[in-house]
Amino acid sequence: MSDPNLTRNQASDRVDHEMPDDELDAIEHRGAKEDARSLGRDAWEDLRSRPTFWISSFLILVMVLMAAFPDLFTFFAPAQDPAYAQLINARQPPSSEAWFGYDTQGYDIYSRTIHGARASILVGILTTAGTILIGGTIGLLAGFYGGWLDSLLSRVGEVFWSIPLLLGGVLFMTSFPSDVETPYMVVVGKVVLVLTILGWPRIARIMRSAVLQVKSLDYVQSARALGASPLRIILNHVLPNAFTPVVVVATIDLGAYIATEATLSFLGIGLQPPTISWGIAISDASALGMLRAAPHMLLFPSIFLSMTVLAFIMLGDTIRDAFDPKGR
Amino acid sequence: MSKQANASFAELEQWTAESGPLLDVRDLTVEFRTREGVAKAINGASFTLNPGESLAILGESGSGKSVTAQAIMGILDSPPGFITGGEVMFRGVDLLKLPEDKRRQVRGRRISMIFQDALSALNPVFTVGWQIAEMFRIHKGMNRSDARKAAVQLMERVNIPAAKERAGNFPHQFSGGMRQRIMIAMAIALDPEILIADEPTTALDVTVQAQIMDLLRELQAETGMGLILITHDLGVVADVADRINVMYAGRMVEKADVLDLYSNPAHPYTEGLLESIPRLDQTTGDLQAIGGLPPNLTKIPPGCAFNPRCRYARDICTVDPVPPVIELGNGRSSACHFTHELLAGSLTPTVTSTEDIDE
Amino acid sequence: MGTYVLRRVLQMIPVIIGTTFLIYWMVFSLGDPTVGRCGERPCPEAYVARIHQEYNLDKPLPEQYVRYMAKVAQGDLGTSFNGNEVIDQLGDRWPVTLKLATIAIVFEAIIGIAAGLLAGLRRRSFWDSLVFVSTLVIISIPSFVLGSVAQMVFGVQLSWFPVTATQGTWEQLLLPGFVLGSLSMAYIARLTRNSLSENLSADYVRTAKAKGLSSGRVVGVHTFRNSLIPVVTFIGADFGALMGGALVTERIFNIPGIGGYIFHSITTKDATAVVGTITLLVLVFLLMNLIVDLLYGALDPRIAHE
Repeated sequence: MSDPNLTRNQASDRVDHEMPDDELDAIEHRGAKEDARSLGRDAWEDLRSRPTFWISSFLILVMVLMAAFPDLFTFFAPAQDPAYAQLINARQPPSSEAWFGYDTQGYDIYSRTIHGARASILVGILTTAGTILIGGTIGLLAGFYGGWLDSLLSRVGEVFWSIPLLLGGVLFMTSFPSDVETPYMVVVGKVVLVLTILGWPRIARIMRSAVLQVKSLDYVQSARALGASPLRIILNHVLPNAFTPVVVVATIDLGAYIATEATLSFLGIGLQPPTISWGIAISDASALGMLRAAPHMLLFPSIFLSMTVLAFIMLGDTIRDAFDPKGR
Repeated sequence: MSKQANASFAELEQWTAESGPLLDVRDLTVEFRTREGVAKAINGASFTLNPGESLAILGESGSGKSVTAQAIMGILDSPPGFITGGEVMFRGVDLLKLPEDKRRQVRGRRISMIFQDALSALNPVFTVGWQIAEMFRIHKGMNRSDARKAAVQLMERVNIPAAKERAGNFPHQFSGGMRQRIMIAMAIALDPEILIADEPTTALDVTVQAQIMDLLRELQAETGMGLILITHDLGVVADVADRINVMYAGRMVEKADVLDLYSNPAHPYTEGLLESIPRLDQTTGDLQAIGGLPPNLTKIPPGCAFNPRCRYARDICTVDPVPPVIELGNGRSSACHFTHELLAGSLTPTVTSTEDIDE
Repeated sequence: MGTYVLRRVLQMIPVIIGTTFLIYWMVFSLGDPTVGRCGERPCPEAYVARIHQEYNLDKPLPEQYVRYMAKVAQGDLGTSFNGNEVIDQLGDRWPVTLKLATIAIVFEAIIGIAAGLLAGLRRRSFWDSLVFVSTLVIISIPSFVLGSVAQMVFGVQLSWFPVTATQGTWEQLLLPGFVLGSLSMAYIARLTRNSLSENLSADYVRTAKAKGLSSGRVVGVHTFRNSLIPVVTFIGADFGALMGGALVTERIFNIPGIGGYIFHSITTKDATAVVGTITLLVLVFLLMNLIVDLLYGALDPRIAHE
C-alpha cells in the first residue's frame, strides 16, 4: 500500500500514544473535579511545553514562507533562478556555486527545491480547507437533522471513503488528463478537487459526532426547548467542541495530502514539467541512471518533502496528545 | 495430586489458629510514584483477620482500601505502585518476603479476590466457563473437560441458571448480577481461606446488591473462609461484617465491632460517615455530609490527616506526629487525640457547621 | 454471529454499488470516455462510435451503469486500445503482485508486531521512544521517496539486493517487499504498542494476576490475544490495499505486476486499462474490508453480539 492510502485508512483506527497510567483513584477523583475550561488551559500550557510542538510549528512556518516568498530563501544563494539551466553543469554535485548541485538539465537544485514547496503547500492547505468546509457542513447537517438525512449522508460518506486516496487520485487524473499546456492552477485545482472529494467524510464524521454529543447535553436541550436558534447552538456549543479533533485530524491529513500530490506528480499524472515540484524532481532523479550518476538529485527534494509531511503529522500528534484528557 | 497442584509449603502448614491471626497486616506503606509527585496511598495500615471472620474495610475513594487489597494480593501495578514497608503475615509467613513463584501459589488459591466491575474484570474474549476452568487447570493441573465440569458445578453453586449452557457464553452476554456471580465462582474455585471483595456490589442495582451479599454470606458459612469486604457503603457493611476498620488517607482510624461502631463512633471521621447516611431512627435535622474532599495523597496535611475536615480539630491535630492509636479494649481502637472525650460526648465542635470547611 | 454476518454483508452492498457507480459516473459521464484511449493521437471517428456503442453511452446513465457492471461481473474489464483484454493482462500479472504483497505482509507483521510488543511491554523506556521516533520518521517519508532511496542505497551503492525486479522472482522482490511493507510496519508497531499497553492496564489483566497465573500466562494468554485483534484485522485490510497500492513500488523497481501495469497504462495513456484495473482493485479492497469485518466479529465476541 502506498503511504497516503494507509495514512487515510489507518489514522481513523489510530490509538493514542499516551495511555493513561494506573494512577491512584484519589488523583482521578481530583481530576474529575476540574472543569473543561481549565482542562483546555492546561492543554495549551502542556502544548507549549512540548519541544515537538515548536519544532513542527517552526518547520511548517518555514515551508509556508518558502511557498509564498521563495525569493526570501534564494536571494542570498549563488544561483537564484530556478528556470535558468546550463547543460554544461548537468549532474554536478553540490558545491559553493550550487549548494545542492545541478540536475540532469543543469538547473540549480537548491532554487528548484525552494520553489517546489509551493505546489505541495498549496495542495495541502487548499485540500484541507476544502475538506473542512464540505465535511464540516455535511457533518453539521447530518448531526443536526438526524433521521433519514443522517443515514443518507453517512452512507454517501462511506462510499467516498471506500475509495483509496491514491487509486481515486489516479483514476480522476486519468479521466481528466493534463498536459504540458494545462495551466498550473488548473492542475493544482484538479488535485485539490479529487483529494477533497475523497477526504471530506472523515471531517464530516467528527463534526457529526460533535453535534450529537452537544445535542445530548442537558443545557443545550433546554436551550433548544427555550427556542435558541440552531445557528446559535452551533456557534456556542458545537464548534468549540469539535475544534480540537478537527484540528488534529486536519493537520495529520494535510501531511497525507501533500504526500499524495507528490506521488501523483511522481507517477506523471499530477503536475507536469516545466512546473517545478518535489514530486517531479524526485521522479526525474529516480530514473536508474540518475541514481548512479547524481544521487544528490534525489536527496534534497526527498528531504524537503519528508520534512514537510513529518512536520504536519508531528504537529497533529502533539496537539492530540496535549488535548486528549485520557493521556493526561 | 500433581506436583503443580501441591501449593502448600512447610511454613504455611506450621500455622495453627492458636499461633495468631490468619492474616496480620502490620504497618503497611505503599506509595505511587507519578508525574505529579509521590502519592502516599497507604501510611502504616495495620489490621488482622481471623479464620471465618468477616472484616469490612470502610472508606471513601482514595482512602487506600483498594490499594491495601492489591498489596495483600501482590497485584499492585509496579511501577507506579511500590510497597515501601510493613508486613503481610498470612498463616505466620510474610507474603511480601516470599519469592514470586511461592507467592503465586497463595494468590487465587488461598487468598482470592473479586472486583467492583465484573464486566471489565472478566476477559471479554474468553467464555466464562473457560475463565473459571482456568483456575482448575492452572492450580490443579486438571484437563480441559474435567476443569469445564468443575466450572459448571461452581456456576450452579453460585446459582446461575442453566449453568451448563451458559458456561459457553461471553461475559458481556450476562447481566451485572450474573457477572458478579461468575467472578465469585472463579474466586471460590479452590476453596480459599480468605476472599477479598473489593466493592463487590457498587456497580449493581439495589435488589441485586442484596442477592450478591446474601450469596457471599452463604458461601462464607459453608466454607468457613475469612472475608475482607472493602466498601464505601455503610449499608452494605451492617449485615455481613463482624468487625469494621475505618480507613482514612491510608491509615486505619477506627477499628470496632459493627454494633459498637454504629452505636457510638470513637473517631470524628466515623461519626461523620454515620451522619451522612439516612437513618430510620432519625426524626429531625438535616442529613450531614462531611465537608471537603479526601486529602490529596501527594500532600497529606501534617498531624491528623482528617484535621482540615474535622469539626473538632484543635491545634494539636494540625501538627505532627499523627495521633496515636488509642486502644479501648475488646479489639476496639481509634486514632484520635480526643477519642475518650468523643466517646463520653464531652467534645465540643470548634467549627459549627460543616459548610464552613467546605472547599 | 449469523445475523452479524448478514448485517455486514447487507451494509456492504450499497457501498459497493455507490462506489462503483461513482467511478463509472466520473469516468464515463463527467469525463470523456474516449480521452486518452488512442495513445497520443486523437481518436478516429469510428473508434469513438465503437466506444459509444460498447458502453451504451446513448442510453440513460443508470442503464449504462447496470450494463457496465454486468460486464465487470463477467470479468470483462474492457479492451485496451491495442486490442488486449484488460482481464487477461491482469491474469498474467497478479502472481507477481501477490508475491510482492506476501513479502510485504510477512515483513510488516513480524517486525511491526515485534517492535510494538517491545515498546508496549516496556512502556516509557528507551525502546518505547526508539519505536515511537522511528515509526514517525517512516510514516512521514512518502513511499516513493523511501523506495527510490532504498533502491539507490541498497541496490545501486551497496549492491545488497538486485536493483530492479523485472522477472518478479522472490529474490528480486525482497527489497521492494520491504519498501512496500515499511509504512504498514510502522503502523502495526504503533497499533500493537498502543493496544498492548491499553490492555495491560485493563481490569481483566489484574483479575488474571489475582487468579495466581504466571506473568507469562497473564501477558501471553490474557493480553496478547486481546491486543492482537486490531492488529490482525489491520493486516487483513492491508492485504486488500497492498494489491493496488503497489503502484508506486512496482513503478520504481520495474516490477511486472498489477501496479506496474497501471503505471504502464498511465504512461501510454491507456485509460481503459487504468479504469478497468482500478475498478477491480477497489472491489478487491472493499471485499477484503468485508472479510476483515467478519474476521473481527469472529475474533472479538463483543462485536458480533452487539
